[in-house]
Amino acid sequence: MNIVAINSSAFAFIVLIIWWFWLSRPKARRETGIKPIEVLVDNGVYTPSRIEVPVGRPIVLRFLRKDASPCAEKVLFDDFGISADLPVGEPTDVVIVPKQAGEYEFTCQMQMYRGQLVATAAS
Amino acid sequence: MNTAKDPVRLSISGMTCAGCVATVEQALQNTPGVEQASVNFAEHTATVSGSFEVKTLIKAVKDSGYSAAELRGAEDEKEKEAAEFAHYRKLLRQAIVAGIVGAPLFVSGVLGRMPGMATQNERLFWLGVGLATLFVLIYSGRHFYIGAWKAFRNHNANMDTLIALGTGTAWVYSMLITVYPDIVPSLARHAYFEAATIIIALINFGSALEMRARGKTSEAIKRLIGLQPKTARVIRDGVEQDIPIADVGLDETLRVRPGEKIPVDGHVIDGHSSVDESMLTGEPLPVEKKVGDEVVGGTINKSGSFLFQAKRIGRDTALARIIEMVRQAQNSKPAIGRLADKISSVFVPSVLIIAVITFMVWANFGPEPRLSYMLVTTMTVLIIACPCALGLATPISVMVGVGKAAEYGVLIRNGEALQAAGKLTTVVLDKTGTVTEGSPTVTDIVTADTWQENEVLRFAASIEGGSEHPLAEAIVDAARTRGLELDSASSFEAVAGHGVTGSVSGKTVALGNEKLMLAHGVGIDELATDAEILALTAQTPMFLAVDGKLAGLVAVSDPIKKDSKAAIDRLHRKGIKVVMLTGDNQKTADVVAEQVGVDEVIAEVLPEDKAGKVAELQERGDIVGMVGDGINDAPALARANIGFAIGTGTDVAIESADITLMRGSLHGVSDAIDISRATVRNIKQNLFGAFVYNSLGIPIAAGVLFPFFGILLNPIVAGGAMAMSSVTVVSNANRLRFFKAGGKK
Repeated sequence: MNIVAINSSAFAFIVLIIWWFWLSRPKARRETGIKPIEVLVDNGVYTPSRIEVPVGRPIVLRFLRKDASPCAEKVLFDDFGISADLPVGEPTDVVIVPKQAGEYEFTCQMQMYRGQLVATAAS
Repeated sequence: MNTAKDPVRLSISGMTCAGCVATVEQALQNTPGVEQASVNFAEHTATVSGSFEVKTLIKAVKDSGYSAAELRGAEDEKEKEAAEFAHYRKLLRQAIVAGIVGAPLFVSGVLGRMPGMATQNERLFWLGVGLATLFVLIYSGRHFYIGAWKAFRNHNANMDTLIALGTGTAWVYSMLITVYPDIVPSLARHAYFEAATIIIALINFGSALEMRARGKTSEAIKRLIGLQPKTARVIRDGVEQDIPIADVGLDETLRVRPGEKIPVDGHVIDGHSSVDESMLTGEPLPVEKKVGDEVVGGTINKSGSFLFQAKRIGRDTALARIIEMVRQAQNSKPAIGRLADKISSVFVPSVLIIAVITFMVWANFGPEPRLSYMLVTTMTVLIIACPCALGLATPISVMVGVGKAAEYGVLIRNGEALQAAGKLTTVVLDKTGTVTEGSPTVTDIVTADTWQENEVLRFAASIEGGSEHPLAEAIVDAARTRGLELDSASSFEAVAGHGVTGSVSGKTVALGNEKLMLAHGVGIDELATDAEILALTAQTPMFLAVDGKLAGLVAVSDPIKKDSKAAIDRLHRKGIKVVMLTGDNQKTADVVAEQVGVDEVIAEVLPEDKAGKVAELQERGDIVGMVGDGINDAPALARANIGFAIGTGTDVAIESADITLMRGSLHGVSDAIDISRATVRNIKQNLFGAFVYNSLGIPIAAGVLFPFFGILLNPIVAGGAMAMSSVTVVSNANRLRFFKAGGKK
């Protein structure tokens, strides 16, 4: 076994893990916030998971849960103190008013489902 | 089949312009049975009435190029349970299929009956096993791989990532050495197909168990939702008819017969009965209801039949608001869970890094067959790590704890309040309505000079006619009982903490305490001794002055609640100091304090100063819980570390309090503290377990014990431990369901 190659690959892997999971972000989907934003809850992810919205406007996030496992049953917006139960197959609306620009996380109870609401000043 | 009465709401996706609205509306209108369909573009919803199957509507929308799903206001618990049960069975089925394939391989392996990989036939056998394993991975473990891939694309990693990588690596490596055995040294030619299948079986089985256990954690909210009746008996145009509860309108007249549930909130307008409110307040005795009394939806009418007028319907009923509050509180997290949250959010990538380091260390320092060791330890690290146990530790206990509190008639606003309630060192009680019943009555009238009792009472009641103070109500009631004619008061003025002044029948009248008399230059010497005696027997004396001269004394007494003393004793047993705060005079307050056994009395406090007194206690280092009616005491409740609103379901009270005690008893304070302490203890156990499990499990899986004791963890054992770790957390939280307030478990 070529130890040098293994070690180099391992280091490269570690760098990749850090970069992909912690340093880089998925591309945000830009929304106007005028109509409800549909978020699919399935297979361990929110789709879209990163949503850019204008600041100061009420945003309706319409969650549609397809994953029947209990992990997906709640969505929490810790920064806003808002949470909702998501019944399977039933669209559930969550209304958020991001008053300040910033990145707000929404997660399931166990932090495995993760998404971000990015509020930016309207251009 | 939908009926015309019950319109269906659909959420419509894919509409981009007003033109789409017309298309969707047309599609719905053309569906057989639809009487009316309207689409709201702003909300992206459609409301459809008529007689039809909802799925035909959804299909019609889909055929027109959009998609639709039904929006339902009230949660259908049965449907939800059916969906959960279906998922549970699916998990079990997947576990069994994986077990059937994996178990024989595992047992044969343990018994050493598995062939090697030397001959063509042996390799063909392993190829067959590999394909069977692939079938298991696809059938039973598909969700892990899809989840892992989708999470990866979203720059996220979760439990699926770990399982998919762990089992995926095992399969790919095993398949490679089966097809190309020469790429590894002969000693490392060991296939791990059985590990992949058994791990998938165990984790699916664990998820199924967890799901069953989790169902029990939401029992409290299910019980509350179950209190909502489905129908109401409404009287329309003189005809009684049963209608779905959603159709009840405001101010409609409803009939409730004995044994029935009261459908919505309202006021009794005819008849009387006793109502069992225990499901909401925890108060075991039925409450008498007569004309004018408030009735609450979800409570049970015991004896008589009565009519009432609906005053709060739908989401505005007390029950609906309680359900919403409990739900929100169940989803909120106390500070104690923040660290676990932070760790959870970086957990999986960290485990991936540890797995890579494990791989590297074994490659550099491991014995032969090195490749096998590298693979087994890396796989075991991935499999044993359990982010779920850590992530679940806090919320699952909060869910059970908040639910349990609701059963005791204690509504906890959020996780912060739940955690803080257990740390209180001092409880401040407002007197009127908290320690006492809050329904004072006139107990004595003493006259001065040549005044008659009824005249004194008539003046006192006339001046108090405009006041909303509970003491004023008592005086007015007493005058009415005696059949006295009251005059209207003019220039009425309430002087907070002193009393009232004004003009009755052309005379200047002042009614209040000693301070008010002093301020008006009225001498009270004649009745000073009477006033002192009355105060010493827990009655509140009020002086009446007419045209600047003392006319008499009206004594009002507010009976102490039967269980106040026992409840205060219970607080003492917890080592909590009890302070009584009141606007009443010092002597009356002292007597009440002595009867119930509080440690400190702060009397003659103006309403606006109550918050300041709470702040003073806090400055002494006390962690203060303030108990009051939630309306007059709102600032003090807000100032305290925990504000308890007692015995009232009013909006203001619920809004201003951290904890609402729906039962009038002070025992609710102790119950809340007991539940808080039990829940926080439970959370700590869970967090401790999850931390210890992961921080011991991962290093052992990586092989730290191998150099010293030659111990290496089998990946299958890791899979079993991982599957059981979250089940253990949920089961521990479920123990809280058996909690009994009063310290008995």
